[in-house]
Amino acid sequence: MALPATLRRPRRISSRTEDLVFQGAVALLGVAVLGLAVGIGLSLAGEAGPALGRFGPGFFARSVWDPVREDFGALPHIYGTLVTSLLALLIGGPVALGTAIFLAEFAPGWLRNPVSYLVELLAAVPSVVYGLWGLFVLGPLLRTTVQPALGNWLGFLPLFQGPYYGVGVFTGGLILAIMVIPTIAAVSRDVIRAVPDDQREAMLALGATRWETVRHAVLPAARSGIVGAVLLGLGRALGETMAVTMVIGNRPEIPASLFGPGYTMAAVIANEFAEATSDLHLSALFAVGFGLFVLTLLVNVAARLLVWRVAWGPVGGE
Amino acid sequence: MDGYGYRMTAHYRRRKIVGWIFQGLTVLSAGLSVGVLFAVLGFVFVRGVSGLDLALLTETPKPPGEAGGGMANAIVGTLMLVGLACVFSLPVGIGAGIYLAEYGRSGALAQLIRFMADVLTGVPSIVVGLFAYAVLVLPLGRFSALAGGFALGVIMLPTVVRATEEMLRLVPDSVREAGLALGITRWKVSLRIVLPAALNGIVTGILLAVARAAGETAPLLFTAFGNRFWNLDPTQPTAALPLQIFVYAISPYDDWHRQAWAGALVLVSLVLLASLAARLGSRGVLSR
Repeated sequence: MALPATLRRPRRISSRTEDLVFQGAVALLGVAVLGLAVGIGLSLAGEAGPALGRFGPGFFARSVWDPVREDFGALPHIYGTLVTSLLALLIGGPVALGTAIFLAEFAPGWLRNPVSYLVELLAAVPSVVYGLWGLFVLGPLLRTTVQPALGNWLGFLPLFQGPYYGVGVFTGGLILAIMVIPTIAAVSRDVIRAVPDDQREAMLALGATRWETVRHAVLPAARSGIVGAVLLGLGRALGETMAVTMVIGNRPEIPASLFGPGYTMAAVIANEFAEATSDLHLSALFAVGFGLFVLTLLVNVAARLLVWRVAWGPVGGE
Repeated sequence: MDGYGYRMTAHYRRRKIVGWIFQGLTVLSAGLSVGVLFAVLGFVFVRGVSGLDLALLTETPKPPGEAGGGMANAIVGTLMLVGLACVFSLPVGIGAGIYLAEYGRSGALAQLIRFMADVLTGVPSIVVGLFAYAVLVLPLGRFSALAGGFALGVIMLPTVVRATEEMLRLVPDSVREAGLALGITRWKVSLRIVLPAALNGIVTGILLAVARAAGETAPLLFTAFGNRFWNLDPTQPTAALPLQIFVYAISPYDDWHRQAWAGALVLVSLVLLASLAARLGSRGVLSR
């Protein structure tokens, strides 16, 4: 009020300007993150334009992939991506959920942190290393033991017929199952832990066993978060590239058997992009990438919404 | 009465057995998860150690089919790519993190940025590679370390943003208020007081992001591309360790398979050391 102007004005104005400039700068960097997400979508769509213009939306429903005759359709790759990811969830999902329940509910205190850490290490192993292991260890093992066994028991189903190559859709799915375990296990563990202890105590007070408590009080309360965790795992499986590329067999067909070689969307880009010579071939690969981007985006948005709701919203109200 | 009591006991015993079975299954699952990890790391260690030699760490690759040579240029290439990735991602990521923690705790824009950063984490790395190809390789007209580093930077970015934000939020508001009460401007409080206080945790987050980026192969296939020779020029194609492992693994040569395992051992050691360092540095901060 009565402060001399010399003490007040220059300093306040300059510091406010500085603050505004700084706030504007960091806000701009934040917006850059947004812009990046939008930019990825736009640039892929732009590069995919020629192929999508030539083949139309049917590009994603045609099962021909012939770079020599410049005839492209993404169905075999979409099929391979979906089937390997589904296998991954079917095999890896229960294991991951079991691990999460163990870590959140049953593990003794001294075991909890070390096991948590080891499971998280699964996510730190580079995917090319999984591919190397799948190609030289898991594939041969499957060819000589697991696949013949499955062929003997379930050979009446077309899914388990045909020669055993060691590489193929089945091996790809199994490698992915390993790779989705850390994602699903870590997120499920967190949402299970977020269930308030009241729920457990109420159930135990009614005379329920520890398993019944988990089964009837904890898991229902954590359900949507667990679904979110599985979707996050699905997102990882859909987009995983190197490990699958190295074990799936890389043939652009829709194999009738799970043991047959197939292809995935990510793998075809990894294998063919650097060697593609024609513009249409490149554009078709960009179109496959755009499809993959949209697919993983949808899955991830759904997953994040579910996990956020559980982590931040009221728990156990369903 | 007795009959009723007896039935209850039998029923209760059955419930307990069911409980044990399912608890046993969860133990089995955890054992399986950890067992797979040891199976993978064990093979990498055994085959890697037996394939490791000095040439791998000091020489460049020999022509296809010739035995010998090494991956020295690829190891240096990976370090260069990760360095470039940091140059791209750290300023933007830390800046965006400061915005989210200091200015955008609840605004709609901040909420959207937060959500998109989370979603970006899920974009497949091969798609990021396509993006880097479209924005850097096509305009420059050739594969380059720059494009590879950019792709890795995009992959690191969301982790850096969220780590920065979460660590800054752990700094109590009383610290900020103390700074402001001394008449220090808000931006200086953010940069000189809050950021240093959270630096330890932020470095941990960055280390984790670097460990993840260093092991990425897919986004480098058509950006950094690979190179048989030494290269320190960011505008030229560059070798990278994961890329080299991939090429050697799918080659038909036994000696290259040996080198692929040895290279995998080097890569896994680098990555695990980085995440172990991060883990130890952040004891009690990140582990929930």
